[in-house]
Amino acid sequence: MPSPQPVSAPVNTAGADPFVRIEAVTKRFGSFTAVDDVSLSIYKGEIFGLLGGSGCGKTTLLRMLAGFEDPTSGRIWLDGQDMTGVPPYERPVNMMFQSYALFPHMTVEKNVAYGLKHERMTDAQRKDRVREMLDLVQLTQFAHRKPHQISGGQRQRVALARALARAPKLLLLDEPLAALDKKLREHTQFELMNIQSQTGVTFVVVTHDQEEAMTLSDRIAVMDKGQVRQIGTPNDVYEYPNSRFVAGFIGSITTFEATVRKIEGQNAILDVPAMGGVKIGRSVPGLTEGEKVTLALRPEKIRLGRERPDDPNSFSGVVSGLGYLGKDSLYRIALPDGQIVTVNSVNARRVGEDERVADWEDQVWLSFDPTSAILLRN
Amino acid sequence: MAAIEQSDVPPHRKGLVSWFNRRGWSDIIIATPYIWLLVFFFLSFIIVVAMSFATRTPTAPPFSFGGEHPLINLDGYKRLFQDSLYIRAFLTSVVNALIATALCLLIGYPMALGLTRVSRAWRNILLMLVILPFWTSFLLRVYAWMGLMSNNSWFNRGLTSIWNWVVPTDWALRSIPMMNTNFAVVLVMVYSYLPFMILPLFANLEKLDQTLDEAAMDLGSRPFQVFRDVTLPLSIPGIIAGGLLVFIPAAGELIIPSLVGNSSQPMIGRVISDEFASARDWPMASSVAVALLLLLVLPMMLYTHFDAKAQERMKDEP
Ligand SMILES: Nc1ncnc2c1ncn2[C@@H]1O[C@H](COP(=O)(O)OP(=O)(O)OP(=O)(O)O)[C@@H](O)[C@H]1O
Ligand SMILES: [Mg+2]
Repeated sequence: MPSPQPVSAPVNTAGADPFVRIEAVTKRFGSFTAVDDVSLSIYKGEIFGLLGGSGCGKTTLLRMLAGFEDPTSGRIWLDGQDMTGVPPYERPVNMMFQSYALFPHMTVEKNVAYGLKHERMTDAQRKDRVREMLDLVQLTQFAHRKPHQISGGQRQRVALARALARAPKLLLLDEPLAALDKKLREHTQFELMNIQSQTGVTFVVVTHDQEEAMTLSDRIAVMDKGQVRQIGTPNDVYEYPNSRFVAGFIGSITTFEATVRKIEGQNAILDVPAMGGVKIGRSVPGLTEGEKVTLALRPEKIRLGRERPDDPNSFSGVVSGLGYLGKDSLYRIALPDGQIVTVNSVNARRVGEDERVADWEDQVWLSFDPTSAILLRN
Repeated sequence: MAAIEQSDVPPHRKGLVSWFNRRGWSDIIIATPYIWLLVFFFLSFIIVVAMSFATRTPTAPPFSFGGEHPLINLDGYKRLFQDSLYIRAFLTSVVNALIATALCLLIGYPMALGLTRVSRAWRNILLMLVILPFWTSFLLRVYAWMGLMSNNSWFNRGLTSIWNWVVPTDWALRSIPMMNTNFAVVLVMVYSYLPFMILPLFANLEKLDQTLDEAAMDLGSRPFQVFRDVTLPLSIPGIIAGGLLVFIPAAGELIIPSLVGNSSQPMIGRVISDEFASARDWPMASSVAVALLLLLVLPMMLYTHFDAKAQERMKDEP
């Protein structure tokens, strides 16, 4: 099992030279700082997700990679080349725009061919390349239509084909799936991943949808107010968030105030008043005894039962809310001090309403594994 | 036409609203401009067409439908082709109007494009400046140009000294003869009609999605190529609208050529006016007017026809 990652450590790419290096990049618009001292590395052939809420600076960072904005300070290196002052038309980078930005007066075919105009190739080669791209996104039969004559999902694929046609070293995708409905989006996510593995192009995907980021990306950078808060694999970011923000942004979480009583090897013994006593959790580096920390639990990591389990990490509460979601049920448990804990239990067996584990106002017992708890330093 | 939502209206006004809806006032409001056009354009135009087929008489009004050619007399139209005055006047008008339109486009396009690229505050100020000349009388502005172009004006003297400085000495001039030339007509027409080019172009260019420019640049196009491949083709509707708004009034222009033009090379508006007022040949004047209208409307109708066909074709494609 991997240990918690410090910010910006490459995970499955250790030793490789970064393909894109963003060094202390800051972007200000007037007095407003849109991107604040961001440093990160992206490796060849990976899908790198930029995840964050609205207005956190994702698009601005992407536009700096594409060359539409200049960093106020800091540098961007691409494949060993300093990109400072290099205009967009000279960068080996292509972008798929949030709004697709297809040329409305050109057919699908002409749109895809547009970037090839500037490439040194014969007409026949150009034609072949366009055909190849249209095949890749399965749009050959729509080659002679204009963008307004095809559906939203098809437009999105034209935009992708157009961005890929020049075989860029780096493809930037700004919320590529935002305009699609849920079904089509899920389908297209896998299509994107397929195309990425076929072409081997490095992708940077911007999204504000955490599920999308988790599905698509090899690694994710979580951004907040212009800053990168954590970089890691989807698994790292979910299971080992390094801050309350990241923990809360990806998935949901219940937090408890706690004090470190003792550190025993891998584990930390904690005083958690809300749970009525001493619990243990997996320690994090640098923790000292007596330190005030936050213990965070994900809803699906808490077990729920009527009997007191034989487990030191158990505590009790009263069911104060219950939601049946089909594949799982959501319980809201009120602890004696009034704090509410959310518990998610998978409905693995089909049961009737009156056979449920717990009902309103029932006294229940909750427990968790020490390794499942997230310890966050304040 | 959607009826006004009854529930949004206070009770004491409900009666009024339902009366308004029931009586079909909305239809009348929509119909008013059409009635206006029908009475003051279409009916009067029918009268002009009818008059163009009449025979000139020394009576008042100076035409009749009797005589040698009852009802239909095509003399006016015949003379259009026989007397070279008319053909030359048409040619002068079309050439002057085309040059003026082209110049308006050349000057107006960068201005309109510039308007879309400046900050909002500047945009409002600059738009205001474009419209500002309309706040003074058109006639006054033409007189101002007459003053500027006359041989002794500071403007003419300034231009003359530049001219004399640039060209070899044996080309030197006392003053540049600008007044009463086609140059003067085109200059004043460009000045007067420039806003009619800039405003529709600006309206068109402003709607263009600037991310398209970025997309083109991202795909390897330099700024000029972006303009040629994206901005220019997408602004063709604006160019056509501005072009028609300048060309049509310019081709029929009466006041500018009368005041600053060369009277030995009259434009067609001047000919119509002279036939009506001085020669009192109303049927001839009407024939010229009808011919002018056909000359201006036909290209437009052909354009819309082919444009519609092209649109159709695009829709039919699989
Ligand atoms: N040209 C600009 N001038 C001034 N402020 C800007 C400009 N572009 C972006 N900003 C500001 O910078 C911040 C970050 O914008 P950005 O577009 O990068 O957000 P985002 O993370 O892409 O958000 P979203 O998910 O909504 O697209 C926003 O607060 C925005 O208002
Ligand atoms: Mg954005």
